[in-house]
Amino acid sequence: MLSRVANCLFWMSRHIERSENTARIVDTNLQLLLDFRNLDDSTLAEHWMPIVQSTGDEEDFLAKYSRATGHAVTEFLVFDASNPNSIVSSVAQARENARMVRDQITVELWEELNRIYLWLRSPDARQLWAHSPAEFFSHIKNGSLLLLGLIYATFVHDEGWQFMQAGKFIERADKITRIIDVRHSTFPEKGAPVNVTQRDALDWSAVLRSCSAWDAYKAAYGAEVRPEWAVEFLLFNAEFPRSVRFCIEKFDDALRAISGVRDRRFSNEAEKLGGRLLAEMQYGSIEEVLAYGVHDYMDLLQLRFNNIGAELFNAYIFQPFVALEDEILVQQEMQQQQQFAAVR
Amino acid sequence: MAATRELTRPHFSKFRDLISGVSPEDFDQRRRAVDLAFLRQGITFNVYGDAQGTERIFPFDLIPRIIPAKEWEHIEAGLAQRITALNMFLHDIYHDQKILKDGIIPPFYVLSGKHFRREFKGFNVPKDIYIHICGSDLIRDANGNYLVLEDNGRCPSGVSYVLENRRAMKRTFPGMFEGIGVRPVEHYPQELLKMLQYIAPQGIADPTVVLLTPGAYNSAYFEHTYLARQMGIEIVEGRDLLVRDSRVFMRTTKGLQPVHVIYRRLDDDFLDPTVFRRDSQLGVPGLINAYRSGNVSLANSLGTGIADDKVIYHFVPKMIKYYLDQEPILPNVPTYLASEDADRQYIVENLDKLVVKAANESGGYGMLMGPRASQKERDEFKAAILADPRNYIAQPMISLSTHPTRQDDGTFEGRHIDLRPFVLYGEKITIVPGGLTRVALRKGSLVVNSSQGGGSKDTWVLYGDE
Repeated sequence: MLSRVANCLFWMSRHIERSENTARIVDTNLQLLLDFRNLDDSTLAEHWMPIVQSTGDEEDFLAKYSRATGHAVTEFLVFDASNPNSIVSSVAQARENARMVRDQITVELWEELNRIYLWLRSPDARQLWAHSPAEFFSHIKNGSLLLLGLIYATFVHDEGWQFMQAGKFIERADKITRIIDVRHSTFPEKGAPVNVTQRDALDWSAVLRSCSAWDAYKAAYGAEVRPEWAVEFLLFNAEFPRSVRFCIEKFDDALRAISGVRDRRFSNEAEKLGGRLLAEMQYGSIEEVLAYGVHDYMDLLQLRFNNIGAELFNAYIFQPFVALEDEILVQQEMQQQQQFAAVR
Repeated sequence: MAATRELTRPHFSKFRDLISGVSPEDFDQRRRAVDLAFLRQGITFNVYGDAQGTERIFPFDLIPRIIPAKEWEHIEAGLAQRITALNMFLHDIYHDQKILKDGIIPPFYVLSGKHFRREFKGFNVPKDIYIHICGSDLIRDANGNYLVLEDNGRCPSGVSYVLENRRAMKRTFPGMFEGIGVRPVEHYPQELLKMLQYIAPQGIADPTVVLLTPGAYNSAYFEHTYLARQMGIEIVEGRDLLVRDSRVFMRTTKGLQPVHVIYRRLDDDFLDPTVFRRDSQLGVPGLINAYRSGNVSLANSLGTGIADDKVIYHFVPKMIKYYLDQEPILPNVPTYLASEDADRQYIVENLDKLVVKAANESGGYGMLMGPRASQKERDEFKAAILADPRNYIAQPMISLSTHPTRQDDGTFEGRHIDLRPFVLYGEKITIVPGGLTRVALRKGSLVVNSSQGGGSKDTWVLYGDE
């Protein structure tokens, strides 16, 4: 398939996943605040600033809003079209990518994506948001899940579909590490937290809820929420579809389906780096993560995701000689030579 | 009133009987459902210069335009005759130029044409077809005769609306089609693909056909993706293609793959920055060289723009006579050429009665509607005509025929319409029955352009005459 099309499908899928994850983070944290008392400005900032930081747009945010209140943060993360990672922007970019490959995606997917986009820009969305944020976010999440379902159920599972899988799972893995990182302050620089307060437990239950992991966590660890268990679950669980390990496994499957290279072999750097990371997620342990430091480890994972993404781009999307000016020269040279040959 | 007459004509009666059973409320509800469906499917055009990136739907009128079989036969024969003559003309002027030597068309008009590609003189295009896809605009005068208003022999657009309008009508009034007997249009993409495969370079058994688009920001982008999808071919942008050793390739995840036929929705000027506009970011360096080498075919061919020149348009009836020795079945709108002394005199003295058009503009640009223009605008055009007479023509204001359109209260009223059928020229000439009917939705308005209150209708060509 066309490299440009593969790129668009990859990013469409990433942006859909991104919008859903942003909705999850904001939603659970808004609900969490209902459990707190005596909210002054600094408590609020303590609560919301890490969430802004997790999307990597702290500077943008501070340039626009003086205080990190729930209202400012949600406005920034949901409706602010100038924030490239807001929900509105993510959906717009998903749609823009879909538009570029309109002929490659199913009518059902396009119509649904277009519907969510139009709805987000309509007054209805604002009204629902003002009336009930929880309903608003569930609308976004359901929309994204419907899109993922449509991709699964209405697409031919061909190369393009594998690129969408790859985009979805690398994005989800990345977001999981960012959600964990929101509450990294529970942990000391290295090692496990010494005494866990009730507030910490609430924070970490919000983290689990953000990943729809609440029930699954309880089934695995019981009712007690311990931050290191939560991290272990979200990083290493083999069956939970929102653990980093699970995502990297699926990502690896997608890369192998694209290249046709079998297990334990690789044909490009993306496959090599992905396979190596997968082995670590399969055989690593929470003790190693704690020893390295939770925050640093999340940083490291994000860096590795970025590298894998860049190598994927190099392997399939990027092709040399794209500079138009150079290409014009190449063509003129070739034509000159042909003319010369003809004269001789 | 023409509309009343149209209403009582037999071919409209079956539809009128059926639609009269639909209450105004029900009708309104169906209309809203159709609008919503178009918006959701993204069947929209982009409004340039709008920071919000607003996309609008092309307003759709649920009352179809109905053409009885006999009338359509006449149109079909006229269009086939016309495209045949145009292709013979293009072959001639790019080879022996007999029509110029025999004095049928003054050579000056062709040689000075902005879109005449003298560098392609002597070049043999694949299968000797220049215009593969033609979208001539037809109007009807007050007596109901069909006239050709202009030929679009470069990249005519609008066919996706023909197909989508039909789909919308079938969803909205599913019961009507069988009883009335409407000829289908759905096979257009297959016919288009067949034609594109036919023109592939010699010796290619299973040619790769692609559609070249200027990109997602082009106002016709929806149509490009729609057609590519319907034909099952790749849609490419210039940056997806690459020329090596005079052959065209597309960049894929598995490396470079050869391309044999390009259905290009890009004007000549933008195709290749090494040959035409160097600032074009849309084209493919080396494409023209590959085309010249016979390794890739283009539809439409290069250099067809000269046939779209409004001065050349004036001579089409003479071409038909000259090449085919036939009388034109579909006449032209009377046209005055500003380069002819007598005509020019008449034009500048009667600017308030005429429509003046620049020879190489389209889409309503470079146009003066004399009777509705201000004195200042007329003066400006007068100066422009005198300064560059080759570039202007004038035509009398033709009062476009009207067709019934349903009002909010359920009654019918006439609105002005035109018709753009789509002609395919491959192994044979294929014309999908019908075409794009554009309608001026405002009362009395003559402007059918979508940006100015124009909309479209489904066009029904009947199996019979009633």
